[in-house]
Amino acid sequence: MRLAAERIDWTIHGHKLLDDVSLVVEPGETFGLIGPNGSGKTTLLRVLAGLRKPKIGRVLVDGLPMNRMRRRDIAQSISFVEQQAETLDRIEVREAVALGRTPFLSPLRSWSDQDDAIVSQALDDVGMHHLAGRLWHTLSGGERQRVHIARALAQQPRVLLLDEPTNHLDIRHQLSILQLVRQLPVTVVIALHDLNQAMDCDRIGVMDAGRLVDIGTPRQVLTAERLRRTFGVHVDILDDPIDHSRIMRFRNAV
Amino acid sequence: MNLAIALRSPARFRWHWAWLTPLILFIAVMAGTAIGETSISMETILKVLANRLWGAGYAVDRIDAGIIWSYRLSRAILAASCGAGLALAGVVLQALLRNPLADPFLMGISAGASTGAVAVTITGIGAGAVTLSLGAFAGAGLAFGLVVLLAHAANSGTGGDRGTQAAGAIILAGIAGSQLFNALTAFIIAKSASAEQARGIMFWLLGNLSGVRWNDVILGLPAALGGLLICLWYRRALDAFTFGADSAASMGISVRKVRGILITAMALVTAVMVSMVGAIGFVGLVIPHAMRFLVGSRHTRLVPASALAGAVFLIGSDILSRILVPGQVLPIGVVTSLIGAPAFAMILVRGTRVR
Repeated sequence: MRLAAERIDWTIHGHKLLDDVSLVVEPGETFGLIGPNGSGKTTLLRVLAGLRKPKIGRVLVDGLPMNRMRRRDIAQSISFVEQQAETLDRIEVREAVALGRTPFLSPLRSWSDQDDAIVSQALDDVGMHHLAGRLWHTLSGGERQRVHIARALAQQPRVLLLDEPTNHLDIRHQLSILQLVRQLPVTVVIALHDLNQAMDCDRIGVMDAGRLVDIGTPRQVLTAERLRRTFGVHVDILDDPIDHSRIMRFRNAV
Repeated sequence: MNLAIALRSPARFRWHWAWLTPLILFIAVMAGTAIGETSISMETILKVLANRLWGAGYAVDRIDAGIIWSYRLSRAILAASCGAGLALAGVVLQALLRNPLADPFLMGISAGASTGAVAVTITGIGAGAVTLSLGAFAGAGLAFGLVVLLAHAANSGTGGDRGTQAAGAIILAGIAGSQLFNALTAFIIAKSASAEQARGIMFWLLGNLSGVRWNDVILGLPAALGGLLICLWYRRALDAFTFGADSAASMGISVRKVRGILITAMALVTAVMVSMVGAIGFVGLVIPHAMRFLVGSRHTRLVPASALAGAVFLIGSDILSRILVPGQVLPIGVVTSLIGAPAFAMILVRGTRVR
């Protein structure tokens, strides 16, 4: 599914959080969004998810303007994992993942075996099957994040939007989530903090003060000059002798 | 908590528990009809019902028949309707606002109703043509409208996470509205009420089922059933709010529309109940929490369970309010809190131990 943003502005309290942002995410690609804190990554993801309706600019889903689609139709093809979403409810892991089926159910169309199978698959995908019966408040931060991803997968999205999904995870689970995301046969837009992890995206976009200042393959975009200007760090870019991938070593703040 | 585990453990709703609902309700209504200052046997009650419903023609004492049909049965049915309606309003507000302290009176409804009732009975607005119930209903409607306007105005000026902001705005607007109308009530009472009138109003505010007749049931029962149907219809939308309004929106829920419909519907149900029997506290706050412990927080189970528990709880409280102090009827709001608070404490403590 092709997701496009056209000249999007988003202003709140006189602060421009998004300034003339345009981008096209091609079907099947993994698109990384990077940028310093407060650069507008989360706001852009929310606009792409249809949670914020921009007054200026528009989002197109396979060429169709999103503001003409029903919420339910959007949710049947686009799912969104927030950076943090908590609850006080005594809800089991499996029940939380089952919420992902909401856009496909109606008051009269009840839960089916197929829904059960999709939920089980989603739990398997994030390696949480063994915790299916656990209560939410007993989970660690990383486990909660994986449940949210499973919930988003249960929506069987064609576009998956992830807002810094690896934030709370230990290194093993960070890698496994990123590996999982890359293997999924869906279009992915992922906001990332770890720039070395962003190297594995097909393309990345760099956000700075609400503007999309650069877009391209990781090798094109992640240059020493760019990192100095946008992130304010001096960096050495090294060649990994094992597989010749690029590694960034951050030396000091500018 | 074995019962709780039996009810919770399967992922899906166990429909074979559902047949118990009408049975439990029937038993509760029968108990509410039989127990009182003069106890009446079940046989007599059934005979009176048979006479009334399909003209069976059993010979029964006319006074007994009068008590059963004209007083206790209508009262028990309205108690059940109120209990169910208030519990459902609590379920919905707690789910939508993501706040465990939300209750049916949050939106200023009980405060508005009391102002309306006081305005009619003490200052004589409406010159006798307007009943206390009508005044209370109008007051509740006015207060709710004001709170909604205030919440809307407060919300449009804020940013950040939209869902959280909206819920916060509604809660704060509700508090402001309630305070305003409570102050108005106190002002009217202080300015113009006699001690006798003040006591009467006080009693009404704490909940009072004694004046209930069939024409109240004609309003209350459909309100409760309508509320139940709306909650069941939107049960999945209510579930989708588990992780907040944005998360619900990302799962296809039209947050604004669903929230508008559900809150307005529940405000209407609450206003109907409050205008007939006063502000009965505790039911709407605590029954939903108690039921979450027993059946979990999925609304497919929580909605019917809360409606049933609210109904039974209020019938039980009404019975106790009549028999606890011989020769005197206690305000039902006092009884609901007196037995409800320790019962809820027990559920809380046992619930945490099981987990």
